[in-house]
Amino acid sequence: MTLQRNKKTKLVDTIVLILLILGAVAMVFPLVYMVFSSFMTKNQILSAEFSIIPDPWKFGKYTEVLQRPEFLRGVRNTLMVAIPVLVVGGFTSSLAAFSFSKLQFKGKNGIFLGLLATMMIPFAVVMIPQYVMFTKMQWTNSLLPLIIPGLFGNVGVIFFLRQNLTSIPSTLVEAAKIDGCGYFRIYYQIFLPLMKGALMTQLILWFMGIWNDYLAPTIFIQDDEWFTLQVVIRSFNSYYAVNSDYPLIMAASVLSILPTLLLFFFFQRYIIESVAISGVKG
Amino acid sequence: MNVSEVRPVKKKMSKAALTEHRWGLAFVAPPFIGFLLFMAFPIVFAFVASLTKWNGMNDMLDQFCGLQNYVKLMGDEKFWKVLGNTVIYMLGIPIGMILGLVIAVGMNRKIRGIKVLRTLYYIPVVSSLVAVAILWMWVFNYDYGLLNSIIKFLTGSHGPNWLGDETWVKVSMIIFMVWKGLGTSIILYLAGLQGIPRDYYEAATIDGANGWNLFRHITVPLVSPVTFYLLITGLIGGFQVFVEVLVMVPSGGLDYSAATVVFYLYEKAFTSRQMGYGSAMAFLLSLIIFVITAINFRAQDKWVKTMD
Repeated sequence: MTLQRNKKTKLVDTIVLILLILGAVAMVFPLVYMVFSSFMTKNQILSAEFSIIPDPWKFGKYTEVLQRPEFLRGVRNTLMVAIPVLVVGGFTSSLAAFSFSKLQFKGKNGIFLGLLATMMIPFAVVMIPQYVMFTKMQWTNSLLPLIIPGLFGNVGVIFFLRQNLTSIPSTLVEAAKIDGCGYFRIYYQIFLPLMKGALMTQLILWFMGIWNDYLAPTIFIQDDEWFTLQVVIRSFNSYYAVNSDYPLIMAASVLSILPTLLLFFFFQRYIIESVAISGVKG
Repeated sequence: MNVSEVRPVKKKMSKAALTEHRWGLAFVAPPFIGFLLFMAFPIVFAFVASLTKWNGMNDMLDQFCGLQNYVKLMGDEKFWKVLGNTVIYMLGIPIGMILGLVIAVGMNRKIRGIKVLRTLYYIPVVSSLVAVAILWMWVFNYDYGLLNSIIKFLTGSHGPNWLGDETWVKVSMIIFMVWKGLGTSIILYLAGLQGIPRDYYEAATIDGANGWNLFRHITVPLVSPVTFYLLITGLIGGFQVFVEVLVMVPSGGLDYSAATVVFYLYEKAFTSRQMGYGSAMAFLLSLIIFVITAINFRAQDKWVKTMD
């Protein structure tokens, strides 16, 4: 009886596994095709015959992309946004999360709910006023429209870290206070180390968000000197599609996906866990 | 912080509590100030702008026109069309949920190598939206695209004009969106499934329930909080779909068949410089999102089950 059942489970497992593999292949196939076509010649890509494997393999498109000054400038600009935002915004977000979770002050719940409500407000409604604001301040010829708002912290990160801190006893604060420890030191020396892991994961996700963001840069940044990588990739697409240089467009796209993909492979356990938590508790 | 707020606090609070109150407020001040500057103020501004015929350059308040923009919007055929397109794209939400749940159930078994598969399904989620939209634009290409090459290879006849046809362009966008977001539904459903105690299934099996019954009466209700979360985030995001359309169908499609609300709004505000009209559209969009989210929260007791 049990033996039969085991056999049956094994069979079902195998069928399920095969179906899941087929599904995964279908999911990844377009991306694999993107990588392959970046190594093809223009003629092969445009030929009527269906082929996936490059023949011959051409590696030149990658050097060509990496030699385009716009591309490198795009990477530089994106990093110039990401670094200050993550350092300062990570600090302000974790400090606020600590305060919301462990300190008692009047108006706490009201402020928290107010911040939370902003997650529901569509970017479309604030993008026009923000654009006007940034133009008036003459920020559109710099990266400031992308940097400054991030320095004040990120509501999603605050929310997540606050959830994370609920498992840590508040008596820790009381004990530290009795020892004469100031509030900032309580945050810096006790709670910041305790939320290090969660904060790192949130910062990685935030970095991915900044790296992949297209909408804000394309609206707020007027000067092509300051275009971020995604805007550059999009402009490559319009520019090179005219003479059908698809291998180059694909090579540029592959390069723009690579960093977030590597981060994901490295930290996938933490990333998936934190995504799952926000959905199950959210 | 204004004075009237502090005074009653002072009376009741001890000195230590007051210190904590002050530090507590100081620590949340940066995000709160950010919220005022980049959210609250812009929203008020957008509302005032929506009552004007402002073009972004002239004096906004001189252009006051009352509710004219909203009235005009109600009669704007293009607006209804893009709203319709946006809603049609939301067909992707239930499709993604069903696929996500089925795949998650498949993955919720002790099979070796499942984790690798989970990673593969999640790759599109972390990939740059612009880059994968460019890729799919190429996949959907009528003459040389991957999809039509495969169709030709398999059937011998030419596939549809994916992005160039009024109906197929919607199918294309839905396929793209489901592909991009499927990984998230899988991960969330998987987390939900892992929270269901094994003995629920065992007890039901002893009572004679078959596989479909188990799925229908245990799995589906018990992952309903995840379904609810996916529905809410899917709707909020769905009303704001824009970048994928802008990249894949920059013209908005044949006869504006691919354009979404935000696409139209963006064109009005930034291309035609009708900032007042654009703001009215944005405001109406937020209102729609707000009402629909509120209705969903109201209705959640009817179908969202909790474990306890």
